[in-house]
Amino acid sequence: MTIKDLHAEIDGKNILKGINFEVHPGEVHAIMGPNGSGKSTLASAIVGRDYVSITQGQILYFGEDLTVLSPEERALKGIFLSFQYPVEIPGVSMVNFLREAVNEQRKYKGKGPMSPTNFLKLMREKKKLLGIDSALTNRSVNEGFSGGEKKKNEIFQMAILEPKLAILDETDSGLDIDALRTVANGVNALKKPDNATIVITHYQRLLNYIVPDYVHVLYKGKIIKSGDKELAFDLEEKGYDWLKEEYENSLNGSL
Amino acid sequence: MIVVEEKLPKHPDTRILERFDDGTGENIHPVLDRVRATALKDFKRLGIPAGKNERYRYTDVGKILDRPFVPLLHPHRRTFKVEEIFRCDIPTLDTLAFTVLNGFFFEEQETLVELPGGVLVGGLRQALKQVPQLAEAYLDKLSNTVNDGLVALNRAMATDGFFMYVPDGMVMDKPVQLVNLLKDDEDIMTQHRSLVILGKNAQAALLICDHALSEQKFISHGLMEVFVGENSAMEITKLQNEHNSMTDLSSLFIRQERNSRVRTNTISLHGGLIRNNLHVSLQGEGAENQAYGLFLIDRQQHVDNSVFIDHAAPHCFSNQLYKGVLDDEATGAFDGKILVRPYAQKTEAFQVNKNILLTDHAKMKTKPQLEIYADDVKCTHGATVGQLDEEALFYLRSRGIHEYEARMLLMYAFAHEVIREIKIDPLQDRIHELVDKRLRGELPRCHTCLVDYNK
Repeated sequence: MTIKDLHAEIDGKNILKGINFEVHPGEVHAIMGPNGSGKSTLASAIVGRDYVSITQGQILYFGEDLTVLSPEERALKGIFLSFQYPVEIPGVSMVNFLREAVNEQRKYKGKGPMSPTNFLKLMREKKKLLGIDSALTNRSVNEGFSGGEKKKNEIFQMAILEPKLAILDETDSGLDIDALRTVANGVNALKKPDNATIVITHYQRLLNYIVPDYVHVLYKGKIIKSGDKELAFDLEEKGYDWLKEEYENSLNGSL
Repeated sequence: MIVVEEKLPKHPDTRILERFDDGTGENIHPVLDRVRATALKDFKRLGIPAGKNERYRYTDVGKILDRPFVPLLHPHRRTFKVEEIFRCDIPTLDTLAFTVLNGFFFEEQETLVELPGGVLVGGLRQALKQVPQLAEAYLDKLSNTVNDGLVALNRAMATDGFFMYVPDGMVMDKPVQLVNLLKDDEDIMTQHRSLVILGKNAQAALLICDHALSEQKFISHGLMEVFVGENSAMEITKLQNEHNSMTDLSSLFIRQERNSRVRTNTISLHGGLIRNNLHVSLQGEGAENQAYGLFLIDRQQHVDNSVFIDHAAPHCFSNQLYKGVLDDEATGAFDGKILVRPYAQKTEAFQVNKNILLTDHAKMKTKPQLEIYADDVKCTHGATVGQLDEEALFYLRSRGIHEYEARMLLMYAFAHEVIREIKIDPLQDRIHELVDKRLRGELPRCHTCLVDYNK
């Protein structure tokens, strides 16, 4: 995926002001930044939320313009978002929801629906792989789930759908250390040479478990610094202020 | 073709009485005749509820009755066999089925059917002859308590219907099914009334299916009184699956004694105009009532549910959950009233009404009312009219589920909250299936009716 000079606004307010970066198969990218820097907006723009309007720039995915596609088309092409706040959907059972999603994906690839036996087998395998409580799938989607259960459920869906590009939006927020480990181990277990992950986070903590190849710092709608995993350690140690300062100074200098 | 406009008197009420006049004087049975005579006076006093009547504000009954129809006072001669035109298409449902055709009990045998344990089921006229003491003790003891002209009209006109008696201690293992069929060559108006009596420590389930088998502009009003004795349990599921020219009026009265439990499920899948009155009287301490309703309508259909829960004893519990999905230009109304009388302390009463409008043209009126005269009670009510949850819709789409399917899943989930309360399993499955088909627009009428139309 290539993002070129991406500008986007919400309710007429500029949030993203020229984002550039590339993600290749097999890579893990971390996007860090203080609150309000535009991290979630970037994720929303990639998956196609209608309240984010792209005013300039491109999102190319295997050379194809993503922004003209519906959210479901993007999903079928292999893009997956682990939501920061997964919505509760009472009355829609996890099983029906996932079977529907799996079969839509199969239809897209020209295959017939998966047999109920194979589907149950698939769910069992993925639960075992992630070490997830089996009772989770007997309930309605996210209904009454704890914060940790909701995040585990996101990763479980990711395991079932096997996306090419997974975006984890603040997947670590509100998790205790055990839940964090489960989630991170899950993400690592799903890593393959042909898929990529973008980890959006405020804290460095998650990156101890999911080790990024690249770290980007987002501030005021722009990537102000990119580096390797060491950058994340610097941020943990020194906070964001030194980077903000450096950025503001560079702006002043250029004036 | 020359259309002769019928000349209508100015006042629709007198017109209706004139139309019925030849039938009201007929002697059927002394008990019923007395009821009808009293009710006729009530009707003359009350008239047809018009727009100014608060309880009928959203459904203009006067307008419906202001068009030509044929009041059916005696059964028309049948030119068909019921079993040839109708077969319930819930194949796994093992019920004891009875039929009311055009408002008259369809008799296969002269006497009431006697089931194990002394349960009696049959036609109301037959019950009046066979067990007059029962009929006299209960008939019209609930429906006479309301000031409702439409109810009075039924009480004055109805001469037959369904009867069921479950003696003390009898727990029925199979549900009883009452199929209300309409089929005629004319635009008939039918009035029928039913009586259901459960003794103490008894248990029963009743499934009522309203079907129209021909496309006339039928007007049907079914009234039912249900008496539930101490410590007894009853589940009543009403399934309305008719057509767009149909007017289906129903009035269900329930009286509950001490520690009794009653659950009603009113499922309206199709009908031109549907008005359901539910009147529950909690007369004994510790009685519990659950009232569930679901309607799915489109085009210019109209569904109006009017619920009245009367807490007349302490420590009673009531819960109402009514949900509606409205498409196209459909209109709906919900009017739910909870009355807590001064001595009904420790009452718990809840009411929820949720509606989804799928278009800008669909309209829903909802009116919750609490009237509380006791000080130690717990009562809540809530009503919503809105669209599908956009967040949930996006979540489903982001997993690759197409928008249409995602909407279906959400609407199905919305309906599920009511359907899961139906405790007769095969029926629950069947209604799930019907609702799914209905939401997908694959259920213009029920299968059986389609078969018949095609003949």
